[in-house]
Amino acid sequence: MESDIATEMAAVRPERVVLAPGIDVARRVTGAAATVVVLLVGLLLAFIAWNGIALFRHSGVPILEVFAPVWQPDPTSGETTYGLLPFILGTLGVVSVAAALAAPLSLGLALFMAEVAPPWARRVMQPAMEVFVGIPSVVYGWLGLTVLVPFLAANGKWAGFTSGFSWFAGSLVLALMILPTVSSVAYDSFRAVPPDLRTASLALGTTRWQTIRHLLLPASGAGIVTAIVLGMMRAAGEALAVQMVIGNRPLIPRSLFQPVTTLTAQITLDMGNTVAGETWNEALWTMGLVLVTMSFAAVVLVRLLTRRAGPR
Amino acid sequence: MRRVLLADQLATAVLWSIAGSVILILIAIIAHFLLAALPDFTPSFLIADPSTDVIGGVGPVLWNSVYVLALTMLVTVPLGVLGAVFMAEYAGTGRLIDLIRFSQELIGSVPSIVVGLFGFAVFVAATGWGFTALAGALALTVFNLPLMTRLAEQAMRAVPDDERSASFALGATKWQTIRHVVLPIAIPGLVTGVILTAGRVFGEAAALLFTAGLATPGRLNFANLNLLDPRSPWSPFHTATTLSVYLWRINSEGTGPVVDQVANLTAAVLIVAVLIFNLGSRALGQLLQRRITGTRS
Repeated sequence: MESDIATEMAAVRPERVVLAPGIDVARRVTGAAATVVVLLVGLLLAFIAWNGIALFRHSGVPILEVFAPVWQPDPTSGETTYGLLPFILGTLGVVSVAAALAAPLSLGLALFMAEVAPPWARRVMQPAMEVFVGIPSVVYGWLGLTVLVPFLAANGKWAGFTSGFSWFAGSLVLALMILPTVSSVAYDSFRAVPPDLRTASLALGTTRWQTIRHLLLPASGAGIVTAIVLGMMRAAGEALAVQMVIGNRPLIPRSLFQPVTTLTAQITLDMGNTVAGETWNEALWTMGLVLVTMSFAAVVLVRLLTRRAGPR
Repeated sequence: MRRVLLADQLATAVLWSIAGSVILILIAIIAHFLLAALPDFTPSFLIADPSTDVIGGVGPVLWNSVYVLALTMLVTVPLGVLGAVFMAEYAGTGRLIDLIRFSQELIGSVPSIVVGLFGFAVFVAATGWGFTALAGALALTVFNLPLMTRLAEQAMRAVPDDERSASFALGATKWQTIRHVVLPIAIPGLVTGVILTAGRVFGEAAALLFTAGLATPGRLNFANLNLLDPRSPWSPFHTATTLSVYLWRINSEGTGPVVDQVANLTAAVLIVAVLIFNLGSRALGQLLQRRITGTRS
């Protein structure tokens, strides 16, 4: 018994590894591991930015041409125009409609989880939401392709659907995918409202719904916006599921019921058909740069919103 | 007064039905794929080679998925846990930790297809490796590292400070405290984090298209143990079309009479894998919690 303790003491004894006085090796090593992510961001930004401006730097395309409404990248079929406007507007359009579709359901779900659900319901919903997030995006895309698109094609003629591949189909698939994201962030912000405020409100004799409407929703306004922005960010970055159902037509989006395309879908489709150094390929990198700029803007927006909402 | 009560009941009913319909949607999605796949499913689908004329299998692609997953976790877990130790135990507050957090948020926001572009430029083109499992794993590490670090940090922050004080009071150093006290208590949370990260890696496709490759999966020769031979399934330098990428690929270029069945089967395999990852991580986390702390929580 005694010897056991002795060996254990011996195993624990090695003091912290000190190379020179004042240098804590563990701190250095873990610090280096934590800093890797900073290097990765720098490297990623540098690569995307450098390759993203190759279109202007190397191929001499005027910067303003990016905002042209026409995408004609193939030099073998006449005059080329590298207008990215159809993709930018396509991404913004698809993402906005997806957020509009997902927001009411997500917020309702978050309210349910935060205020209404009895413990057993919460125990069911939490793992269910995790599974919802975990289903791979290609599976959602395949679902859209084999169920949603044929359904719209068969039943949507009156609304103006021609093939089913459409802005609407893309938005609906994305809405489904971002629903758990939006609701879990919104849930966190509802939970962050101090319970005292709830108790105070209920003590005044209000009903649960009055407390939700007049206290909870106004108090977590910034959190709700954050949830929706994060959802839109996820939707804007989603590539394969959207590409499978959206029809991939590089046109300025005009109708919800017609095929359009997005930045991510076009990168997915064209990357394999182009060669590095080709102007067409450089335009795809520019799309990547636009995407990164959009998502960084969203991150900064979320930071400002959370700061306004105060420390959690 | 009655109107107010009615509104309250109505709102409650609406919130319940929203939750109910979301659950129904989820069940419908899962049931749809399982039912669509059931008639054609045989266990050999999981190991047989893909084919265009008859329902073959997903053996090589499933292998690639598992392989890329393992390779990714081999890099992500040690790096993530070490980084999390720093964030939770050493960093305190200050400019460095702010910078790290901001970087984590930024990289978490980068669309996976853009990570794919980056991976292509760095791990495929610049290294001259071509499309390899290693390039895919490194690309996946780029955007899973922040997730792993965050989950591990949460697990360590959840360890009560009393445990640390007790350890210091016994004369343990900071590092001894971390090694022998904090990390063991945090293990259930760490395991959950690892499995959740793994689930995301398993389903990811966009970042792999231009890094691990889109090649037609062929027969794998497991007898070839040469780790530097790109034809060996054991080599990090073999082209690795994963399950998710395969599903996208057969939809976009697949022709032949059985494409739909194969795609449904593949989707079903992916969904079952997600269920195993998610529910498994919960169960394992709770089990470890009980084993290690001897409490029920």
